[in-house]
Amino acid sequence: MNTAAPSLGDFQRAFAAALFADGDQDASPIASLLQEPAFAIYRNTVRKACIDALEANYPAVARLVGSEWFRAAAAVHVAVTPPHDARLMYYGAGFAEFLAGFEPAASLPYLPDVARLDRFWTEAHIAADAEVLDGSALASLPPEQLGARVLTPHPAARWAWFDEAPIHTIWRSNREADGDMTDIAWHGEGSLLTRPQDSVCWCELGRAEVAFLDACAAGQALGDAAATALSVQADIDLSQMLAKLLRAGAFAGLH
Amino acid sequence: MHTLLTAGLGLKPEHFDAALSCRAPGLWFEVHPENYLVDGGPRLRWLEAVRGSHALSLHGVSLSLAGDAAPDAAHLQRLAALVARVEPALVSEHLAWSAWGDQHYPDLLPFPRTTQALQRIAANIERTQAALGRSIAIENPSHYLHIEQHAWDEIDFLTELTRRTGCSLLLDVNNVHVSASNLGFSAEAYLDRFPASSVAEIHLAGHTPDPTLGASMLIDSHDAPVAPVVWALYRRLVERIGTRPTLIERDGNVPAFEEILAERNLAAAVLQQCEASAVEVAA
Repeated sequence: MNTAAPSLGDFQRAFAAALFADGDQDASPIASLLQEPAFAIYRNTVRKACIDALEANYPAVARLVGSEWFRAAAAVHVAVTPPHDARLMYYGAGFAEFLAGFEPAASLPYLPDVARLDRFWTEAHIAADAEVLDGSALASLPPEQLGARVLTPHPAARWAWFDEAPIHTIWRSNREADGDMTDIAWHGEGSLLTRPQDSVCWCELGRAEVAFLDACAAGQALGDAAATALSVQADIDLSQMLAKLLRAGAFAGLH
Repeated sequence: MHTLLTAGLGLKPEHFDAALSCRAPGLWFEVHPENYLVDGGPRLRWLEAVRGSHALSLHGVSLSLAGDAAPDAAHLQRLAALVARVEPALVSEHLAWSAWGDQHYPDLLPFPRTTQALQRIAANIERTQAALGRSIAIENPSHYLHIEQHAWDEIDFLTELTRRTGCSLLLDVNNVHVSASNLGFSAEAYLDRFPASSVAEIHLAGHTPDPTLGASMLIDSHDAPVAPVVWALYRRLVERIGTRPTLIERDGNVPAFEEILAERNLAAAVLQQCEASAVEVAA
């Protein structure tokens, strides 16, 4: 031993700090290691693993901006917000928010919301299992009892309304094979992701349908949730809406 | 259970269907449990389907046993639940750390092998084994840095861990070659000294020269076939210690399933030859 060993904790504190700092820290307990060219191997491996994880978790964003731009942006995010969880498929919970404040992304104002849908996909993919509620459970109830019942969203169901841009269409066209973004009508859209069997599925929602799901998730009875949907869109066909959401696998229970 | 396992393969999602239907004798699969520590969904069903027809090994990369902190309790609890769910034939982790404070660094990071580190790691292994209700195997990592403050030789350190905790060892032959080449020691001498009775599993993988530092720095990249020099070390090892479940790891440039199965069959053939010659000696 040429030098007294630092404590394990001191060594790790210094090593961890140096993984994301490019400057050498002379006073560090690992100063001599920082002089070795091989230290860069650890820096590169850690950063690359984090960036790879973000690229895997945000495929529609990566396709929109291209891999090079994505990885440059991801590197900035990784340096500020390294993973807190060993499960890298969970990494990047704050990436949409990061993109919203990332100056080079300012010309693509829809990018953060596309990232939100990529995140929804991951959440739907790994969510807890539950039986999907099918329409017969509702059909068997007398109509006068229906209004007081509460529909519970499926644990894998994720939905949102995007007022500014056709986020669902942009996301879908960059997630599916075609990637065709021509002829997109520029208006607000809602999106629903579900996992009725093993695969994550998606469909576009109207504003009233999103309001209905929000009301169900907040524990409102079906009658109240329906009134909420009608207040958003007076001419919505409630039975058609309910059939569509049930078909998509949006609900797990009826209480 | 070990006698049933010959050569195995790291299981990649793109190979699930081919893996599920492959009936090569003694074939088993290894996965990183981190990819399956989820609440539900298809990943667990894939894993359970493969488990229905093959033995499984859970090879952790993130418990951070060499970190100066107890393993993350929530992570350990999830790992224990997965172990209970798929009843793996083998469970392993690394002699390395990957977490500090509340941050996770996805790599297998080095540390000075001091007596303080030994005590901490032994305690972490014991805590892990208690949570999982079984012993685990600890893998020798690849080395890139000359750490001057080592008070313990790596083999002595690993042997002492087996003595204190009852853990076994996972001997990664490619890591030995990479470390020997990078730090300038003899891979043969290392393997010849490795405690045979503690080896529960062997790993084989490919390596590549560092893109900037060149051949003087080998990277344990898992993105190429096993190198001839590593095959030679592997044959030398099994001739000395006998057969052990042997895994081919491949994480990058992943070829078709048939191609890595052919590489796995080379390891199976080495194990078979070793068994045959052992029988001959006995006769």
